[in-house]
Amino acid sequence: MVFQIEASRVTRKFDGLLALNQVSATAESSKITAIVGVNGSGKTTLLKLLAGLDAPNEGTIRIGTKNATADDLRSHCTMVFQKSIMLGGKVYDNIAYGLRVNRVTRREIPERVKSALAFVNLSGFEKRKARKLSSGEQQRVALARALALDRAVLLIDEPTANLDPANSAIIEQSIREAARSRVVVLTTHNLAQARRMSRSVVHLYQGSVVEQEETARFFARPRDERTRLFINGELQF
Amino acid sequence: MIGIPTVALGLYLYLLLSKSGPMGYFQLLYTPYAIIVGQCILVTPIIVSFATSALESVDPEVKTLARTLGASGMQTDFVVLREAVWGVALAILAAFNRAFAELGVAMMLGGNIRNVTRLLTTAIALQTAMGEIALSIALSIILLGIVLSLSLVVSLARRTS
Repeated sequence: MVFQIEASRVTRKFDGLLALNQVSATAESSKITAIVGVNGSGKTTLLKLLAGLDAPNEGTIRIGTKNATADDLRSHCTMVFQKSIMLGGKVYDNIAYGLRVNRVTRREIPERVKSALAFVNLSGFEKRKARKLSSGEQQRVALARALALDRAVLLIDEPTANLDPANSAIIEQSIREAARSRVVVLTTHNLAQARRMSRSVVHLYQGSVVEQEETARFFARPRDERTRLFINGELQF
Repeated sequence: MIGIPTVALGLYLYLLLSKSGPMGYFQLLYTPYAIIVGQCILVTPIIVSFATSALESVDPEVKTLARTLGASGMQTDFVVLREAVWGVALAILAAFNRAFAELGVAMMLGGNIRNVTRLLTTAIALQTAMGEIALSIALSIILLGIVLSLSLVVSLARRTS
């Protein structure tokens, strides 16, 4: 059964400035949806709305067919940030934290931590101090921490920004595997990455959706002139 | 308030707590309670200032992260406190050291009464005035030993955590 999260005519203003304007977009399970756009186009704002970390001024967000409250969104979604935030302590503590606050049983936690770390190729890292890891490893821990919760929707903000190719490849592979059983929405301004990873692309420009299209078609035959300029690296912002 | 001269604080509290003062009714002067009151007033700004700095230095995104992981409002606040725990511990340690090694308030409010309000610092001052330098040095070594040991314990605990 296809599970989906949908933003419907969502508007978000900050001090009167429109960050998102009547944005509608859909993401479905078992395929990766990439939100692309130039810096400041509203990608992260949209992701935060989907995560229930912020509320729209207008519009609704639906999970399945139901209008979702912020609590609904937070219980269905988890988010990985562009800058990985590590809690103090060990890698184990970082991943176990989310499990503890979600009342996963003490017996179950070590096993879930272990499999989450294995998922991102960091088996055996449980006792390492999280803040001493490289930025690539920290990003993989952040991904493992989100995956350990086993939420239906995984939101990822610029997953490989500033990472080396080896870590980027591992993260991309982990995200692909994670997407088999859940909705994955990622933001990126790396068009090659969007092309490689996603099945659907949402192009945001100045807070509005220019187009949402299947990835192959988006790159081969963009419907909007702004998308064509964006793909060619010629879009002014 | 952090740098308030302890003698000045001791004097004002003395005037407050003395029999003819506004709080003379409680008869606290020259009791351990007077010293406790004075030391609390002395260290509160230190704890508040250091602990606030420690809490403010926690990455604000930690709260956001905790929320995305399913933490409730209280759990989110608690995770910030946990992140600042060593800063708060340092605030408490600094406050303890300030109170423990302080002389003015203890002398003026406690009166340095033997077996009642005599502290290490007031004992050192008294013995020095009496010319018992060797005893003063011995007491000061104990004072320094306690202060340095506590600092060492906190520092080691922080490194191993």
